[in-house]
Amino acid sequence: MSDEALLRVESVSKHFGGFTALSNVSTYVKPGERFGLIGPNGSGKTTLINCVSGLLRNEEGKIVFDGHDITEMKPHRRTAAGIARSFQIPRPFHTMSVVENLMIPSEFVGHHRGERFDDHADAMKILETMGMADKADDPTTDLTQIELRKLELARAMAAKPKLLISDEAMAGLTGQEVDEVIDILFKMNEQGITIIMIEHIMRAVMRFSQRIICLDAGQLIAEGTPDEIVKNPDVERAYLGSDDG
Amino acid sequence: MKYLFEIVALLLIVAAFVMTQVISNQFVFFVGFVILQYVVMATAWNVLGGYGGYVNFGSAGFLAVGAYTSVALINFLGVGLIEQMIAGGIIAGLLGLGTGYLTLRLRGVYFAIATLALAIILETVVAHWDYVGGAAGTSILPARKPELLGILFVDRKDGVFTNYKEFLFFLMVAVAVLSVWVARWIENSKLGRGLNAIKDSEDAAECMGVPTLRLKLYATTISGVMMGVAGAPLASYLTFIDPLSAFNLEYAVNAIAMPMIGGTITWIGPVIGAILLGGAQQWASLFISSELNLLIVGVLLVVFVIIAPGGIVGWFKKSR
Amino acid sequence: MATFIDLLLNALVVGILLGGFYAALSIGLSITFGLLDVVNIAHPTILILGAFVAFILNSQLGLDPILAGLIATPVFYGFGWVIYQLYYNSFEKSGETDSLRGLAFFFGLLFIIEVGLIIQFGVDHRLVEAPYIGDSANIVIGEEIDVAIPYRLLVAFVAALIATFAIQLYLTRTFFGRAVRAVAQDMMALRLMGVDPIKVKRIAFALGMATAGVGGALMIIVLPIEPSVGRLYIGNVFAIVVLGGLGSVKGTLYAAVIIGIAESIVATFFGPSWAPAVSFGILLLVLAVRPEGLFGKTAGAH
Repeated sequence: MSDEALLRVESVSKHFGGFTALSNVSTYVKPGERFGLIGPNGSGKTTLINCVSGLLRNEEGKIVFDGHDITEMKPHRRTAAGIARSFQIPRPFHTMSVVENLMIPSEFVGHHRGERFDDHADAMKILETMGMADKADDPTTDLTQIELRKLELARAMAAKPKLLISDEAMAGLTGQEVDEVIDILFKMNEQGITIIMIEHIMRAVMRFSQRIICLDAGQLIAEGTPDEIVKNPDVERAYLGSDDG
Repeated sequence: MKYLFEIVALLLIVAAFVMTQVISNQFVFFVGFVILQYVVMATAWNVLGGYGGYVNFGSAGFLAVGAYTSVALINFLGVGLIEQMIAGGIIAGLLGLGTGYLTLRLRGVYFAIATLALAIILETVVAHWDYVGGAAGTSILPARKPELLGILFVDRKDGVFTNYKEFLFFLMVAVAVLSVWVARWIENSKLGRGLNAIKDSEDAAECMGVPTLRLKLYATTISGVMMGVAGAPLASYLTFIDPLSAFNLEYAVNAIAMPMIGGTITWIGPVIGAILLGGAQQWASLFISSELNLLIVGVLLVVFVIIAPGGIVGWFKKSR
Repeated sequence: MATFIDLLLNALVVGILLGGFYAALSIGLSITFGLLDVVNIAHPTILILGAFVAFILNSQLGLDPILAGLIATPVFYGFGWVIYQLYYNSFEKSGETDSLRGLAFFFGLLFIIEVGLIIQFGVDHRLVEAPYIGDSANIVIGEEIDVAIPYRLLVAFVAALIATFAIQLYLTRTFFGRAVRAVAQDMMALRLMGVDPIKVKRIAFALGMATAGVGGALMIIVLPIEPSVGRLYIGNVFAIVVLGGLGSVKGTLYAAVIIGIAESIVATFFGPSWAPAVSFGILLLVLAVRPEGLFGKTAGAH
């Protein structure tokens, strides 16, 4: 099974000084899968995602994407290889307009793959699917919270990823807005993009994911379908043992 | 018109040449040289600082490296001015490349402080290098009949220019035009867009496929080359050079203040800033006192960063 | 005939004394830059301003320079209060802190103060008069060793230690001091406690600036001052604050002693003109190798 995996994380560990942020974590994500990553605050979710996207380098273990070992690869090369991510706290290119934000990955990744596509038309198409076409020429500083979250996802989409990592794209949004973001992620998945969703909002991650893993204190403590995860006593303990559920 | 900028640039160079042939008042070239040097410094600073968001506090160090490369070459080989400028550009470019690698570990204010430190360390080293005059400085006698490819540049009777000031002025016009052309090219290129992304959020840029390190190295190197070329003729212009004047913090503060006052987003901002601020300073130091010109820079820098973050250019865009 | 051991001992003693003195110069920056993240590159020049206040009070009224520095402290506190308010309104209020524009702001401020002083006082070196300036205590051991302890350095050292410990106590033992340290870590927690973080930052910045009163006085006790020497201290104070681990008072003291000894030894054996390269060199090295400093908190999870 793991041979057909799009992403394989093999015994990855990450330390900060004396603090162990990830300890021997192994998992895999299948092509086209909707994959959930949960765990209490400080459990290592973001660290794991940073190791996958390359912003952090794991000292131990291996990360394999699309059949290639990418452990030593720089983040921009990983993006070119097909991994794109959004940021938990939106980091728009704030001196650019919305559509220009999308044209950055479009231009740089497109060049890397040796393809040429019409950056602007491409970006507009993505914005349309997000319902943001009318905001294309607005400065990002005028956007609302939900629009910033959507921009994060749209920009990641503009990198034409095989794997999209959505890092808490819904924190702080209203119920209706959460549904809106989930619908967008479903749509992306229907286009064949594999999605890793990191989320605190249980309702969202349970509804969206086909398979979920749970981290606690840097260790993988559970893996299974949403139903299995809900019933898992270790997961319950991890969440009840900490302040935030 | 597609090549409007290039045509204007060429016209400027031609006009500068005509000026050297027609105007006999050497004072024009003396002052013009300084302002043009600032155009280059401000433009160079802006390539890294304005486009890429990496603030260089050590501009004086790059300029001085260009200047002292010339001094060493004059002492060692006796080469001409144009060769000095090329060499100054190369050495300062290499220094820029080295500075670029600092960005691997240092961002924001830490990078700025590190560049300042770098400049002062270089100053201390040069002050102890007796071959180029040490702390006391050294006098420079420009080559008597500078020549390249059979063209005699400076000679009272047969030269293209009748004296050195005209020659230096003309060279600086060419360097300034070329620098601004390069900056404008960067601004409209993939490099410029990538640098802008780095300025806005480096991590996001890297994760969106921007090869951040490579682009930063391009920017620091190009910026270093420009500053080195601008600094190379300094010794010939002053006919004397010492570490205190070459590494003067005035260059560093001007290189920051001029783009910030003119506007850092487009190539025209540093040019406007350098002409206005450079002009005002020349005027102040000639007619009032040389201390006052630093006061002008300080006050304008503070006022502009507070009330007009986009500089003069940004101000115009907003009021339009 | 000065022996190697004699030179080394003298260099060490002067280095340690210098270190204490440097700590007094850096402690304000350790608060403003280290704890509040305000990159006050004009700090050394504001110290020079303090030195000139001491100079005026000393030469006009015959006041002891340290007393003059203490008198000036509230004025510098007020000055800091105003500067922070301006800084906050211009660069922090909008949410996203624009620290690079803030840095340019302080760079401009540096030149305004420096040129202001030059216009008023010229570029001559100024000095103060006090009974402890000029003489030194000599400790003679055997025939070879004669360690000279200049009183002016000793006075500066002791005053610096007192000031440093006072600030350390204030930051660790009082509610407000703890609030200042909390500002550096968790603005949200402060808000939840009902404390206005902006107010805390304003007072803390003013406090950091207030140290320039006494710091400046010590500066002019230790050596004659002219307006532009402030620039050379940028290396010292930033090296010390970064090396000391950004905002740790104890770390600042240790780092200051390290820099003091390094400068003193280099000055003794290679000549004083190499001294600037020492502090700036250490600064560059520390920045490049370990941005969190030697005595600072280890890097967190990000």
